Amino acid sequence: MTVMTPPYRSELSAGRDGFGQLLHAEWTKFRTVRGWIIGIIVGVLLMVGLGLLTAGGAQTSCQAQGGPAQSGAACMPTFTLGPNGEPVTDSFYFVHQPLAGDGSITVRLTSMTGLLPPANAQLGSVGPASTGDTRPGLYEWAKAGIIIKENINPGSAYAAMMAAAGHGVRMQWNYTGDTAGLPGAVSAESPRWLRLTRSGDVITGYDSADGTHWTEVGTVTLSGLPRVVQVGLFAASPQYTEKGQAFAGTSTIGLGPTQVTAAFDHVSGVGSAWEGVDVGRPLDYPGFGSYHQAGGQYTVTGTGDIAPIPEGHGGGADSALTVNEYLVGTFAGLIALGVVGALFITAEYRRNLIRVTFAASPRRGRVLAAKAVVIAAVSFVAGVAGGALAVLIGGAITHSRGYYEFPVSGATEVKVIIGTGLFAAVAAVLSLAVGAIVRRGAAAVAIVILAVAVPIFLAVSAALPLGAADWVLRVTPAAGIALQQAYTQYDQVSGVIYSPLSGYYPLSWWAGLLVMGAWAAAALAGAAYLMRRRDA
Amino acid sequence: MTEAVVSARRPWRPALGTRYVWAGFGDALHAEWTKLRTLASTWWLLLAAVALTVVVSAAVAAAYRCSPGAAGGCAPAATGADPAKVSLTGVYLGQVIVALLAVLAVGGEYGTGMIRVTLAATPRRLTMLAAKTLVVTGWALVAGLASVAGSLLAGRLILPGHGLSAANGYVVPSLANGADLRAFGGSVLYLVLIALLALGVTTAVRDSAFAIGLVLGVLYLFTIVASIIPNPHLSRHLQQIAPMTTGLYIQATVDLRSLPLTPWQGLGVLALWAVGALLLGAAVLRLRDA
Repeated sequence: MTVMTPPYRSELSAGRDGFGQLLHAEWTKFRTVRGWIIGIIVGVLLMVGLGLLTAGGAQTSCQAQGGPAQSGAACMPTFTLGPNGEPVTDSFYFVHQPLAGDGSITVRLTSMTGLLPPANAQLGSVGPASTGDTRPGLYEWAKAGIIIKENINPGSAYAAMMAAAGHGVRMQWNYTGDTAGLPGAVSAESPRWLRLTRSGDVITGYDSADGTHWTEVGTVTLSGLPRVVQVGLFAASPQYTEKGQAFAGTSTIGLGPTQVTAAFDHVSGVGSAWEGVDVGRPLDYPGFGSYHQAGGQYTVTGTGDIAPIPEGHGGGADSALTVNEYLVGTFAGLIALGVVGALFITAEYRRNLIRVTFAASPRRGRVLAAKAVVIAAVSFVAGVAGGALAVLIGGAITHSRGYYEFPVSGATEVKVIIGTGLFAAVAAVLSLAVGAIVRRGAAAVAIVILAVAVPIFLAVSAALPLGAADWVLRVTPAAGIALQQAYTQYDQVSGVIYSPLSGYYPLSWWAGLLVMGAWAAAALAGAAYLMRRRDA
Repeated sequence: MTEAVVSARRPWRPALGTRYVWAGFGDALHAEWTKLRTLASTWWLLLAAVALTVVVSAAVAAAYRCSPGAAGGCAPAATGADPAKVSLTGVYLGQVIVALLAVLAVGGEYGTGMIRVTLAATPRRLTMLAAKTLVVTGWALVAGLASVAGSLLAGRLILPGHGLSAANGYVVPSLANGADLRAFGGSVLYLVLIALLALGVTTAVRDSAFAIGLVLGVLYLFTIVASIIPNPHLSRHLQQIAPMTTGLYIQATVDLRSLPLTPWQGLGVLALWAVGALLLGAAVLRLRDA
């Protein structure tokens, strides 16, 4: 007689094999390897330490003409600050009168002419060159038009409608705002009609080619505008600079001031009692501007600019410390995180632990996904911690030493700190994916350094021609450095080269994240495919 | 069976007439050469180093534009461009592969445990290290010569078409010119020294991934910090000790006065780094268990 023995079944209930368990397993593997935890901590310490070295080691010296040599806080630049606390240039000739309450001003601009410095002018001339030296010509960002301004103090809030010599009609407000209107140059044959209306805090700008058909260019709100503001005609023409050279190391050459003269007529909506003032110039300094009124014709001549000062360009801005400088250690932190990210998978191959891992979780793609999540999360936290400490402590050191930090808003600081975390996370995932593909730690680390760190190095160290540096930061995984962009690139400021060397990256933060993320995603997909195809 | 009993009684000796194999330096050298030569990765890395260096050098040369509108046009005084240095830009990337080759020559053995066999065969550890050093030097020399020759050719062919021509007052890269010979020949030496630095560091830390991260971190980081730190004195000091910055002074052919060190002094600083790393590696190898 045969006894039917039922097949053996373990009395233990089957374990769950969800993604959560996998994550838990990978996290346990990660946190229990002492070397990796040390690697992450070293990465954070490098980020913070180098930031502190930059802030604490910064040293500037300067010497006024005929004065004693000075150093440190005495050399720090003083900027005119705009309504939002950003450094601005605010000097122009203003023909103004008060405007109480709501109202509007309309003018016709019929001509713009100007003077440029002599063709062979040298850097360093400060006053307007005498007429004999100058040559006629309009600088591209010479501006003339109408403006409504809080008061005549430099840095006060404003909104303006203007024609810019090389950039058509613009509406600009509060230094950083800029919207384009009608294109083309101003002449007697094709004049430009400009209008600004105030209604409470809201100012609307219109332009027209004929004075009958008006187009709205923009509407802006200048919060907190007093009841009585100054309204009038203005003219400004910025410092002449020539963009130079192929290498990132050399940027612009300043060649002296320029001047613009604008003719207006058909001025309406305002009274006839005008006053002329050179805004933003000390009283003992000879004025550059003037105005002339004959009947309904106004001629206004001015020099200067109403614009933001981009970081690293203008005045003594070069001696200011920047958030980007505090973050110089990111480079070292990324190398440390890259090593850990690669080892997170290659160590398993080397020790053959990968076979146990795949035996426990036969779906290889999910193992890779779990590893990616763990390393991304750890690196994000490390990047945010390192970035936050570097930026906050760096800023505190700069303040306590009396040095000047080129201001950024709190929101920008948060953006840069989170951006540093994202940058680190994507770099670590890329490292993991490359490690899974090549299965050798050293090769993976070398590839990731070649792909992420070396392009940044080449771009910011003036080793590449200017255009090439921009392209390298557009197409390589190093594009992610755009996540650390702290300062805004203003295209309405003349004669400025925005290069990676001075902390301006060619992509916006999201485009940089997209490019780098695409590289990481492609590497992950390749790794998943190879993992499934290959023996472990 | 009988033989086993016999051998248990008296120590084994080679049969009469068999010559003793003395594990001298020549043999160690031969062993190291065979090990490195028979690894596929060595050849791939050699190829990659040359290709990367030459392609990047050529691409940078082709991307060069001197903006003719700027004051002074394309004259050397206006651009400050150094044709030799521009044509050697690829060395920044090629050195990563050369360093990797050197790292794997030692780190690979620690990774697989092969190092124990090696040391059993060559118990004089410093002899083994010296042999490895010599073999790696040879590979790096070949990689360096091929990379630099390719870069020189690319620079000669491409740069004159991009404004850096003799007509504009530039020296077209050529080995007939003393400064260029120093730049190109020195770059080969630079790559060899980078390989030795990597070899020494890897012998000391004994893990490939960690070693390559450390070597490249030191190379790039010093230079980045030196160029960004807003302190002229500290920056200058850093530029006098940073291994990559100083080593690459050898590539300069114009405006040598602006350098904190002369080109040969700069390469000497890198040589000190390499020797220091090798000594550290030798000490660790000598004192620690494998």
